[in-house]
Amino acid sequence: MNLTLKIWRQKDSKTKGQMVEYKVTDISEHMSFLEMMDVLNEQLVAKNEEPVAFDHDCREGICGMCSLHINGEAHGPDRGITTCQLHMRMFHDGETITIEPWRAKAFPVIKDLVVDRTAFERIQQAGGYISVNTSGNTQDANGIPISKHNADKAMDAAACIGCGACVASCKNSSAMLFVGAKVSQFALLPQGKVEATERVLNMVKQMDEEGFGNCTNTGACEVECPKGITLENIARMNREYLSASMKG
Amino acid sequence: MSGFLSSSIARKFAMALSALFLIIFLIIHLTVNLTSVFSEDVFNQLSHFMGTNPLIQFGLQPVLIIGVIFHFVMGFVLEIRNKGARDVKYVNFKGAANSTWMSRNMVYSGLAILAFLVIHFIDFWLPEMNYKYIEGLPADSTRYYEELQHKFVPLWRAAAYSVAFVFLALHLLHGFQSAFQSMGFNNKYSSFVKALGKWYSIIIPAGFIFVTLYHHFNH
Ligand code: HEM
Ligand code: SF4
Ligand code: FES
Repeated sequence: MNLTLKIWRQKDSKTKGQMVEYKVTDISEHMSFLEMMDVLNEQLVAKNEEPVAFDHDCREGICGMCSLHINGEAHGPDRGITTCQLHMRMFHDGETITIEPWRAKAFPVIKDLVVDRTAFERIQQAGGYISVNTSGNTQDANGIPISKHNADKAMDAAACIGCGACVASCKNSSAMLFVGAKVSQFALLPQGKVEATERVLNMVKQMDEEGFGNCTNTGACEVECPKGITLENIARMNREYLSASMKG
Repeated sequence: MSGFLSSSIARKFAMALSALFLIIFLIIHLTVNLTSVFSEDVFNQLSHFMGTNPLIQFGLQPVLIIGVIFHFVMGFVLEIRNKGARDVKYVNFKGAANSTWMSRNMVYSGLAILAFLVIHFIDFWLPEMNYKYIEGLPADSTRYYEELQHKFVPLWRAAAYSVAFVFLALHLLHGFQSAFQSMGFNNKYSSFVKALGKWYSIIIPAGFIFVTLYHHFNH
């Protein structure tokens, strides 16, 4: 395939960026999107130009590092995948593809397509954990009975890889799907109950302080999430938050 | 905004609560309107009761007005904040690939409803207030039907009202189920809520349009 790429280039966080057009030729439809980006970068390096910076790590859909807003959608046109799992066969010969970084005030661009997602880490640090006593007297987690239903729901929520596609797809740049998942994975388990009240209050507070928008239930996040996190998790977070606010 | 309403989730909750109140109000409003199609007498009696009962006039009416104002002011506040949460816009953003038009344009359908509400207040509410409290004219329990019929003679008004109700339908097609989600209601009954929301969003505005057109064509 021969493709025209329109890619956001930005030198650093302080410089203004712009869309720059590139051509790539002989792209195999079996390549992943990131491999196609590698081909482009090899071309650029050969021409002594600055390669396009983009995030990636595992390249198998588990780390959440790869991002990219491709042709107007987070992780491109396919569903239930990350960009490293996106195949070039989703595109056709001669197509023009736009590639932009995640756009949100809380995710500032560092360089080209790389954005700073540490806002998610600060939300996690605000309460996305459980405190355990490591004196050796901790009860074995496997010894605590948990209903299959709750265990399954908690596992589903824990599948979130913190990629930020939910924020990127949301017209409001809301992080509620991510935070909903991170609240839910604990709220459903007995170990998470102990700190449940402070957890949801602190995580939502941090989320608001980071400057993410407010959910209006468009459901775009759920459609674009590579890990199938559902809106049910946002509703659970809302319930947790409202009841935690009552407790103060 | 301080305290409880300073958090994103609390704002959503308050938004949904005011919206649910408006949803219930619309049922009552339409019921009264529909009687005008069947019986002049019943409509007059109901209107007289609504317009003179102190509990409704000085209890529910202020709550309704505050509810409406809260709803659209909060709607604007959220919209402006949410726009601000993305300082650099996408060159290419395919909203239609993952969400409905209704869900992405609540502020525009809301603005259309707001424009309608302004006209509607000037049409009915201000003359009522004038009649009752400024001019202090004697109570007349038979005047309402005629006033109503008279109002819908001009084509522009019948048309403007009908168009506004289409926007109300669009607003509710997303809003009804959204309000439940905002309040944390998402469980095995949600498919029922969604279906109920669809029926409500079509039947209620269609009912208002029916009454409007009925009086436009029968006078
Ligand atoms: C009688 C009239 C109205 C009814 C029944 C109504 C109903 C609703 C409902 C059910 C929602 C969803 C709430 C949620 O998701 O939590 C909503 C949201 C919204 N409404 Fe209205 N509404 C009315 C009038 C208005 C007006 C006049 C405006 C003025 C602009 C407006 C603006 C909005 C906005 C911007 C939202 C989205 C806010 C959000 O989801 O966070 N609405 N409305
Ligand atoms: S909820 Fe889904 S889209 Fe959002 S960060 Fe987690 S995995 Fe990514
Ligand atoms: S690179 Fe790890 S999920 Fe794509």
